[in-house]
Order: sequence, then structure tokens, then C-alpha cells
Amino acid sequence: MNIFLFMISCILTNNFIFSKFLGCCPFLGVSSKVETAASMGLAVTFVMTIASLFAYAVNTWVLVPLHLEYMQTIAFILVIASLVQFVEMFLKKSMPALYSALGIYLPLITTNCAVLGVATLNVKEGYNMLFSVLNGTFSALGFLLAIVLMAGVRERLESSKIPQCMKGFPISLVIAGLMAVAFMGFNGMV
Amino acid sequence: MSEKRQNLGRVIFNGILTENPTFRLVLGTCPTLAVTTSAINGLGMGAAATFVLLGSNVVISALRKFIPDKVRIPSFIVIICMFVTMVQLLMQAYLPSLYESLGIFLPLIVVNCIILGRAEAFASKNPVAASAADGLGMGIGFTLALTLMGCIRELLGNGTVFGTSLLGSSYQPMLLMILPAGGFLVYGLMLGIINALSNRGKEDAKQ
Repeated sequence: MNIFLFMISCILTNNFIFSKFLGCCPFLGVSSKVETAASMGLAVTFVMTIASLFAYAVNTWVLVPLHLEYMQTIAFILVIASLVQFVEMFLKKSMPALYSALGIYLPLITTNCAVLGVATLNVKEGYNMLFSVLNGTFSALGFLLAIVLMAGVRERLESSKIPQCMKGFPISLVIAGLMAVAFMGFNGMV
Repeated sequence: MSEKRQNLGRVIFNGILTENPTFRLVLGTCPTLAVTTSAINGLGMGAAATFVLLGSNVVISALRKFIPDKVRIPSFIVIICMFVTMVQLLMQAYLPSLYESLGIFLPLIVVNCIILGRAEAFASKNPVAASAADGLGMGIGFTLALTLMGCIRELLGNGTVFGTSLLGSSYQPMLLMILPAGGFLVYGLMLGIINALSNRGKEDAKQ
């Protein structure tokens, strides 16, 4: 498959939020301000790229030769959890500015289903190493795009009149639905 | 004895209605949106999650005095993972078509916030029986919510419920409802309706 086409489709047509429903919890939970949404998105991008590389390595060179494929889920979640811990320690030591910008979002990423999802999807689709990493990076950029757009809309919502019962999650979900309709428009592109 | 039994009943009821994980706590949104394209998928996902919740709550609560506080989250995840792998293997063997349609959301039960949330908030502090009741209640609440959403989306998007046609052949299906966008819309509107109903209930109680 054409690599450029693959990158575009990861961001737009196969958007993690709007067509695969991966990472909805942070998408709804951390999207009330554009700045925090952007830091969350960047943290996810960072972790998803490294996690797809490591998950690929663990799967290809450890699990498959030993015929332990049924241990995939547990192996991946351990890889991701230790990776997040490691990234946190590394950033704290060498890039304190970035570390304080990402703040509490870094540990939360362990339970973000987008990260485990991308690792599982890569194995399921049989991507090679290059495509696995690209899938990780560009799907995460799609997530970044979605969460920043959502935060932009929600900042506006604060000053608008919403029926009492629709405040908070309900209206956010309806907006997400409308955004998903808009993203369906990209389907014809790729 | 009777008092204790009443408590367990209340714990179960709490998970089903007062603190319904899907509609009240808004946890585990990813599987809720992704698998509810049909009622049977919702039911299957709910049953799988209930099994994992019940199992992990019981084991975590039994081991709560032995797990050191510092490594409790990784230990919880490993325990949850064990039950998820069991469900995966069982479903692959006995319900292969459901296994196919749930796809990657079956392994993703591991990172479902409901399960880790209940382990942290309830099972790590309460005895085994209460934790089992909590897991069962939360699981049933999740299952009911997913099945309800599956029914609505299947009915609107396909004209059927559990595969049986209800609206007749003249019904023009709203395809949007079984596409991702419909999931967000149905979930949002249902949350709104439930909020409106419970607000009205509170006002009635005041008067």
C-alpha cells in the first residue's frame, strides 16, 4: 500500500475516535480546554509510537517463536505499563519542561484503550515494523486532531444555553456524533 | 444475617440502577459505543465484561491483604488480564461468530475503566461476598445498558431486534444509526433523557 495514502487514511478516514471508538474516555474526559487536550494528544502520540514499536518487537521475536500468542494481551499491557513508567522517569530527568506540561496525563495513558488497541490491531492486520510504527504515530495524530477540535467546540459551549439535562457528557456525545458525520465525508477521499 | 443479605441485595441494585456504569458513571464508553451496532453484540460484550468483573473482584478482594499498596495497580491489571484471556479463549472455542464481531474490543476489556475502577474503589476495600455482589451488579447494569443501546440502534438502523424484523419490510432503515456517528448520537440522547427523568424524580421527591 502507498505509504502516504496510509498515513492520510490513519488520520482522517480511519480516525481512532470517529470510526474505531478507541480512546473515547480521554476524548470525553480531558477535552474541556484546548491546551490540556493538546498536551494529552501529544503524550498519547509519543507513547503510541514507542508502544507500537515495542509491541511489534515483543510479538515477533518473543511471543511467536515461543508459541505464546495467547499471552498477547497480558504481554502487551505489561509492555505498555512499563513503557509509560519508563517514559515518565526519562522525561522527569531530562526534559522537565515537557514533563510538567504533560503532568498527570502520562500515567493515565496506561489505561487508554487506544494504546493497547493499536498494538492489537497491528498484529491482527499483520503490519510489518514500518507500518506498525506509522500506524501508531498517525492514528495518534488523528486522535490529537479529534481531541483538539472537540476541546475547541466545548470551550464555546460554556457560554451557550444548553438544556439542563443535556449539560456535560450528553451534549459532548451529540457533538462527537455530528463530528463523526463530518469525518464520514473524508471516506470518498482515500 | 438478614441484615447482611439485604446489604448484598442493595450492593447489586446499586450497580444496576443507582450507579449504572454506563448511564450514571459514564465509564467504559469505548466498548459501549463500538459494539452496540446490534442487540446480540451488546449482550455478548456485557456478559463477557460481567464475567471478568465478577472474577477479578473476587480474586482482588481475596488477595487485598497480600497485595502491597505500591504495586497494586499492576497487580490488578495482571489479575484482570488473566480473566480476559480466559473469556477470549472460551468465546473463541464456543461462540466463534460473536468472537469475530466483537473483534479487538474483547482484549480491550483489560483497559475498560469500569473494571479497574471497581477493583480500586470497591474490591480492594471490601470483603469477598460484597465484592462479588458489586461485580455482579455492575456487570448486570453494564449488560442491560449495552443491550438496550444495541436494541435501539439495531431497530433504527436495520429494522430488527435480536435479528427478528419488527418494523416490517416497508421500513426504510436509518443506516446512520449503525455507523459510528449514530453510536455517539444515541448514547448522548439517552444520557440526556435519563438525566431529565432523574431530575424530574428529584423534583417530585422535594415536593
